[in-house]
Amino acid sequence: MSEIKLAFKKPAPDGPPSACCAQPSVDISGPRLPQPWLAGFVNSPAGPVPRISTVLDRGDQWGRFKCRVSSYRDDYTVPPGLYAAGDPDGGSEVVASANYKFSFDMLRRQLKGINAWVLVLDTKGINVWCAAGKGSFSTGELINRITSANLKELVGHRRIVLPQLGAPGVSAHEVKRATGFRVHYGPVRASDLPDYLGAGLAATKKMRTVGFTFMDRLVLTPMEIIPMMKKYPLYALFILAAFGLEPSGILFRDAFRGGFPFLLLGLVPVLSGAFLTPLLLPYIPFRSFAVKGWIMGAASLYLSMRFIPWRSAARTNGLLLAACWLFFPMASSYIALQFTGSTPFTGMSGVKKELKTAIPVYLASVLISAALLVLYKLALWRFLI
Amino acid sequence: MRYLANAATLGLSAEKCVGCGMCLEVCPHDVFTLEGKKAVIRDLDACMECGACAKNCPVGAVSVRSGVGCASAIIKGMLTGGEPTCDCGGKGGADNCC
Ligand code: SF4
Ligand code: SF4
Repeated sequence: MSEIKLAFKKPAPDGPPSACCAQPSVDISGPRLPQPWLAGFVNSPAGPVPRISTVLDRGDQWGRFKCRVSSYRDDYTVPPGLYAAGDPDGGSEVVASANYKFSFDMLRRQLKGINAWVLVLDTKGINVWCAAGKGSFSTGELINRITSANLKELVGHRRIVLPQLGAPGVSAHEVKRATGFRVHYGPVRASDLPDYLGAGLAATKKMRTVGFTFMDRLVLTPMEIIPMMKKYPLYALFILAAFGLEPSGILFRDAFRGGFPFLLLGLVPVLSGAFLTPLLLPYIPFRSFAVKGWIMGAASLYLSMRFIPWRSAARTNGLLLAACWLFFPMASSYIALQFTGSTPFTGMSGVKKELKTAIPVYLASVLISAALLVLYKLALWRFLI
Repeated sequence: MRYLANAATLGLSAEKCVGCGMCLEVCPHDVFTLEGKKAVIRDLDACMECGACAKNCPVGAVSVRSGVGCASAIIKGMLTGGEPTCDCGGKGGADNCC
């Protein structure tokens, strides 16, 4: 390998990035280091290998923060290929990673003071877990990388350490058959990697199992809340239109005065479904996420009903009250059900089972609460009674 | 934490199993245990159907219908009639992923 190519992947302007499209690449022959997280080169039997820095700088930390709160992470990648941590030699372990920079950063932070090779697979900028499920962190990709990085020349042993969460995508026995390398599944969390390597590739049961702590759940809530808040303006528009609508046209004063409490109430299911339910998950009774979300939604609605400045007679209107109790806890239930996509313990069959009952119930409650709202308006205009 | 009871589609053929222990190594929920020279399902309800065990069993003794346990993806799959796929980008237990 006389030159090392670092390819910078950018999605094509119209459509998702595909493996075949020409990728603009930057040649870094010699001392030019375009990536701030690189720190020189290591010589190896297979040519010079870029060395990674094991300390995260401010740019890395900022990127990490942005990953938590936005879809910025979609294009947050590391060029796939071989890297060195410390001063590895022919006896050092090889650790595989995804090319999602967030995952990669979590890994290199743990490699401080460790001499190892890092083989970055092209997972299209997606983390190991999702990439294994989607098939980009795969047997085929691993075999190709082992071959193209010339691992057989690089190290004397035939071991490669994979993150355990990559196992749904990789067939260890097929990798062994194709390359001779025996896959060792490392710990689930990067933070256990030093201990795992130190113990001679032995994992404790704790390293093998996925937890879902309060903090784990907390950091996931922004990505639950933000997509829901994007739908909020639509809801607000509907509420204002519904309350402002008069036989003579739309009255803005009425729209706001009548609609205001409902604009506030609209935030309640987002709070209860996307924030409280994920946080309090293990403490809310029942296993079904839809039921958990409904319970939290009903409790939150009950509390907020008492504190909301009503400013109109809506509070005592039976039709509106019924619509509220029907709609808001259901909305919370629906939002909470979305969280199944982020937990590490909900399986597809279970979610399907929930949806089978939940979807008809959701549809029915939306229709009935809309009908109640129409009845309320008709009664207001004295078309009824 | 446990999800719905008896929903997981995990199956194990004691006949085929050679007791290599690979399924114990890859399972993130400690679903299997070895009894003598055979793997057994210890805790079915803990299974999240990730498919790691089936993929790594050298003799094909484990079967599971794996897929994304993500409500919005499944709804989309139902609407479009395809298999649910996860478009959540880098989402999913972020720090759990190394
Ligand atoms: S991986 Fe397959 S053969 Fe090995 S212990 Fe598990 S079921 Fe048995
Ligand atoms: S599918 Fe995943 S969670 Fe279920 S038993 Fe297999 S490895 Fe464990």
